[in-house]
Amino acid sequence: MLLPVIALIAAFVIGSILISVSGANAWDAYLLLIEGAVGSPFALFETFIKMTPLCLTGLAVAIAFKANFWNIGAEGQLYFAALVAALLGIVPGLPAFIHIPIIIIGGFIAGGLWAMLPAFLKVRFRVDDVVTTLMLNYVMIFAIQGILDGYWRDKASGWPHSPEVLLTARYPQLLPESRFHLGFFVAIICAVLVYLLLRYTTLGYRLRATGLNPKAAAFGGINVKKTILIVAFISGGLAGLAGVGEVIGMQYYLVDGISRSYGYAGIAVALLANLNPLGVIFSSFFFAAIFTGSQMMSRYTGVPVYFSDFMQGLTLIVMLIALLFSKYSVRIRRS
Amino acid sequence: MESILSVTFIVGVLSAMLRIATPLILGTIGELFNERAGILNLGIEGIVTFGAMSAFIITLFTGNAYLGILVAMVCGILLSLLMGFLTVTLRLDQDVCGLGLLFLASGLSYFIYRLAVGIQPVPPTIQNFSLLQIPLLSNIPYLGEILFKQYSLFYIAILLIPLSQFILYKTHFGLNIRSCGENPAAADTMGVNVTRTRYQSLAIGGALFGLAGAYFTVFQMNIFIFGMVAGRGIVCIALVVFGNWKPVKCFLGALLFAFIDAFQLRLQHIGLQVPYQFFLLLPYLFTVIVLVLAARGAVYPQALLKPYSRED
Repeated sequence: MLLPVIALIAAFVIGSILISVSGANAWDAYLLLIEGAVGSPFALFETFIKMTPLCLTGLAVAIAFKANFWNIGAEGQLYFAALVAALLGIVPGLPAFIHIPIIIIGGFIAGGLWAMLPAFLKVRFRVDDVVTTLMLNYVMIFAIQGILDGYWRDKASGWPHSPEVLLTARYPQLLPESRFHLGFFVAIICAVLVYLLLRYTTLGYRLRATGLNPKAAAFGGINVKKTILIVAFISGGLAGLAGVGEVIGMQYYLVDGISRSYGYAGIAVALLANLNPLGVIFSSFFFAAIFTGSQMMSRYTGVPVYFSDFMQGLTLIVMLIALLFSKYSVRIRRS
Repeated sequence: MESILSVTFIVGVLSAMLRIATPLILGTIGELFNERAGILNLGIEGIVTFGAMSAFIITLFTGNAYLGILVAMVCGILLSLLMGFLTVTLRLDQDVCGLGLLFLASGLSYFIYRLAVGIQPVPPTIQNFSLLQIPLLSNIPYLGEILFKQYSLFYIAILLIPLSQFILYKTHFGLNIRSCGENPAAADTMGVNVTRTRYQSLAIGGALFGLAGAYFTVFQMNIFIFGMVAGRGIVCIALVVFGNWKPVKCFLGALLFAFIDAFQLRLQHIGLQVPYQFFLLLPYLFTVIVLVLAARGAVYPQALLKPYSRED
């Protein structure tokens, strides 16, 4: 728990240099960032809304990395699930309590299958998963742009987006005059479920063993290939739920750019949490806060909003260095 | 509708292929040097982006594109040395550090661009290099159009292939690099400074990544666009696998990728009733397929991804 906090403080200190270079006062800028992120009920719920997809993609990355499956493809998995959610969302004649679960399951399966493709290539042909998952993001996103542009263009406005999903297909909004929706709790529940899965099930044990040492795991009787395929399915499914939430909780239709790089941000979220599913809840809140807060900071100080992108990479690196020190302290104690 | 088999179409595709291949050759050779010394540099995507941005910004403010290229290369070296500090000196995980560097460098690129240029209705442009027409040779029918009407950087990239082949296989330095990537402990015993060699090959890679980035903004185009590198850095990593860590085969891989890209770009314009995005995805799909085909015979450098320490 202490490590991420130290990493964050270090990241903010380094970040303040960047703010100073842009000609703003770092202290004032950070106060604005905090105010923009959590300073009012409206801001706080906007942060929760941003946190929802980040938590899910963070979980997707965390569980995959834990098994040594380098899933950089959460972005593509998110989009594929969003496509399926948009399709299922226009099926008429279903009551909401059936329609929404169908979309959730459909989206999960879609994301899961799209992640299983690179996992299959990894276990069957030993193809590097970092490269394939990333390449498949481009394949999926261009395919969806093509579908939207070529076949789903709005008849009236010419704007390339899917038809609006039916009222029965939407996550209920939980507060009056806010976009805060049920998807938030879907994400939190997923975090708890992934935690329980890793901690208390045989699959979780196999998964951790595979990640720590695949050879030893195989020697101990674990089917490593099968484990990686299952992990990929769950990982892609979680990323898929992020896409589902954006379609049936936020936009109500599929459009290009529905994900603001949530799939990639999930990597930073997962690593800041040190791949701990419950930690992902906090780290996704933190990154969501930086996302929303930097908008306000940017408006008042002129510091570019890309500050949040920079902080993602920086936090990742600083967290790794912090972990290194914890390893050293263990080593010192041992000797 | 223009025929796919017409001579103008083929000449157009082939000359575009070489233009598209140029940054891929630079990036792939750079990544090759990194990996041959045992470092997988996933940061390449971010470093190329940073190179593109810095070359553009320097050229925009000084009017000197050569200075822009120089700064891009220096920035590439510095970012790669950061990668070296994390993975060679601190011995941190190469995959994660590479990803961190990727996000850090691309985020920083967008940040600096926005800071320097601000939000403008029309993005600023620079005077970019024009195509170099080699006298006489460029007049050869068809062949001249393809080979001798290219940007100057293309010829430099071509020269790099035999040069890197020579350095890696015929020089002492190249032997050191390869031994650090295969068996650093043995190299160390033989008196090779593993840390220094890995830093040196990272620096070589970084300079080439910066140069590849500069190609996008001061040669091929005259503007900086967000996301303009579009995964091509990662494609270079795939091409190194395809090329089985050998310069000439890596070059052929870059040509193949560039051919698909040039071909799909042309296909977009011949009036097929298919959304053009379906063509855009082809090079990326192709990369995945090629990786599957290459995986069987891939002989990874033995020490790739492994940090070295005398203690182990």
